[in-house]
Amino acid sequence: MFEIFGVPSQALFGQLLLGLINGSFYALLSLGLAVIFGMLNIINFAHGAQYMMGAFVAYMLLQYLGVGYWPALLIVPVLVGLTGILIERLFLQRLQKLDHLYGLILTFGLALIIEGLFRNYYGSSGQPYGVPDSLQGGRNLGFMFLPNYRAWVIAFSAAVCFATWFAIERTRLGSYLRAATENPTLVRAFGINVPRMVTLTYGFGVALAALAGVMAAPIYNVSPQMGSDVIIVVFAVVVIGGMGSIMGAILTGFALGIVEGLTKVFFPEASNTVIFAIMIVVLLARPAGLFGRSV
Amino acid sequence: MTAMADAPALRGRRDSDASLGVAAAVTIVFLIAAPFVLYPVFLMKALCFALFACAFNLLIGYVGLLSFGHALYFGWASYLSAYAAKSWGVTPEVAIVIGTATAAVLGAVAGGLAIRRQGIYFAMITLALAQMMYLVALRVKLTGGEDGIQAVPRGRLFGVFDLNDEMTMYIFVLVVVLAGFFLIYRIINSPFGEVLKAIRENELRTVSLGYSTDRYKLVAFVLSATLAGLAGSVKALVFQLASLTDVHWTMSGEVVLITLVGGLGTVFGPVVGAFLIVALENYLAPFGQWVLVIQGAIFVACVLVFRRGIVGELAGWLRVKL
Repeated sequence: MFEIFGVPSQALFGQLLLGLINGSFYALLSLGLAVIFGMLNIINFAHGAQYMMGAFVAYMLLQYLGVGYWPALLIVPVLVGLTGILIERLFLQRLQKLDHLYGLILTFGLALIIEGLFRNYYGSSGQPYGVPDSLQGGRNLGFMFLPNYRAWVIAFSAAVCFATWFAIERTRLGSYLRAATENPTLVRAFGINVPRMVTLTYGFGVALAALAGVMAAPIYNVSPQMGSDVIIVVFAVVVIGGMGSIMGAILTGFALGIVEGLTKVFFPEASNTVIFAIMIVVLLARPAGLFGRSV
Repeated sequence: MTAMADAPALRGRRDSDASLGVAAAVTIVFLIAAPFVLYPVFLMKALCFALFACAFNLLIGYVGLLSFGHALYFGWASYLSAYAAKSWGVTPEVAIVIGTATAAVLGAVAGGLAIRRQGIYFAMITLALAQMMYLVALRVKLTGGEDGIQAVPRGRLFGVFDLNDEMTMYIFVLVVVLAGFFLIYRIINSPFGEVLKAIRENELRTVSLGYSTDRYKLVAFVLSATLAGLAGSVKALVFQLASLTDVHWTMSGEVVLITLVGGLGTVFGPVVGAFLIVALENYLAPFGQWVLVIQGAIFVACVLVFRRGIVGELAGWLRVKL
């Protein structure tokens, strides 16, 4: 056992790991927000509620149907993504010509509805969700103990983030998407069904949130308010990173998670406010955000 | 930014203001007669929320800025005024001044940060700052954490009028809130207010006309925060309680809801909205979590089909300004 800056390495790396885990969720969520904002010009306030839905649907699948973690990892994002598609078709599509503040207000209302419904049936206490058998245990790395499940979460979210970045920035489909963000009318004129693309984009962003929810279920308790706690932090992350760049959203998410973890070691009282404090500093020093263009 | 400019009720019409006078007279008569029919505490709660919503409306309705963190000023003003009244034993008017001044300072800091970004980011920043101060309220001693500050003495106004008497308290609240309404009305109808509306309609154009819009936005923000703080301070004395509910994001959401239901950018909308929502919550209290679902449904319905709000629709229907 050795120490770094007077802190036992076990504690330091343990918190760093926890920070990275939080960071992966921030990255997945802010990535989803950025993708949705790019296409729909809406800040999806329901994103936290949809993350919570992801965790809850995984819990319900296990509880009522006996469907385990691995199938849930695929089924849940699809199911919750479908509700997203429904929401886009029913509500968000009608907001296209309105100021984007209305989008924020409407999705805020949706978040309240979703959270209220789950609170009605499950109260505000948390439900446990076990780590899948195949990822039980962990390995000793010498300087710290690494639980398998946590290693999996970090690796898998990084992979999903990278895949999303690749799909948007490096594929043909992604180039349509980016073009439609810049000039939807022109892209439509080329015969591409932009409204369908918008709907699918929203569904995809929601599915990302749900995926983060499934992965979070074994780490945190599954509770109705887990979404509203995290979404405001993710907003701060988005303000820090700026939504102009996909890679920027991912990197900011991971980096802020790590910073939060480190703060927990050295200055625990400030750990849940540190991201907001960083937001203030960024606003003062670089108002456009770290990766932002203008505005 | 063209925020909210699409709601027709927001566009200033140059017809006579007689309708406003009539509506003001009706409101005042109602508020004087009401305590003989309705519970004074219910009325005082509604009045505090009405002032809170009017302060919020000053920003969204007249400058086009959506602050999603107005609980910060309402809640912290309520804490400071409760703390001053209880721990320092100051008279109620001093407690209210202390609470309101706190909100002004917080508004200057938060507003100064938030106006560095526009549109949707502005809303996110105000929300994040409010959440930060909520977490601070959860930890510091002054607020009493989960317990809040309870049993706040109402005291004697100017050392003379005993506010423990429900009717005296009601008159005091009514006077303060009406003064707040009047101030807001004067602000939006002053040359300063005209510049704010110009910023709402077209900020770049206003800049090109030589106005330093950031300064106007900041002053409007501080005014709005201060008046929200006034509402919070009075509320702390009415309920003799300051608690975490008042600084939580749900409170920020509630003021958005009240203003939206009543009518963004209308003079009387927030007042009507406040009475309606406070009454609704009173009746729905036994249904527990359904309140959240119903509030959410009202948000969705308002945005989809009812963007002008009650007073906005009424004004449009009667073709007058309200």
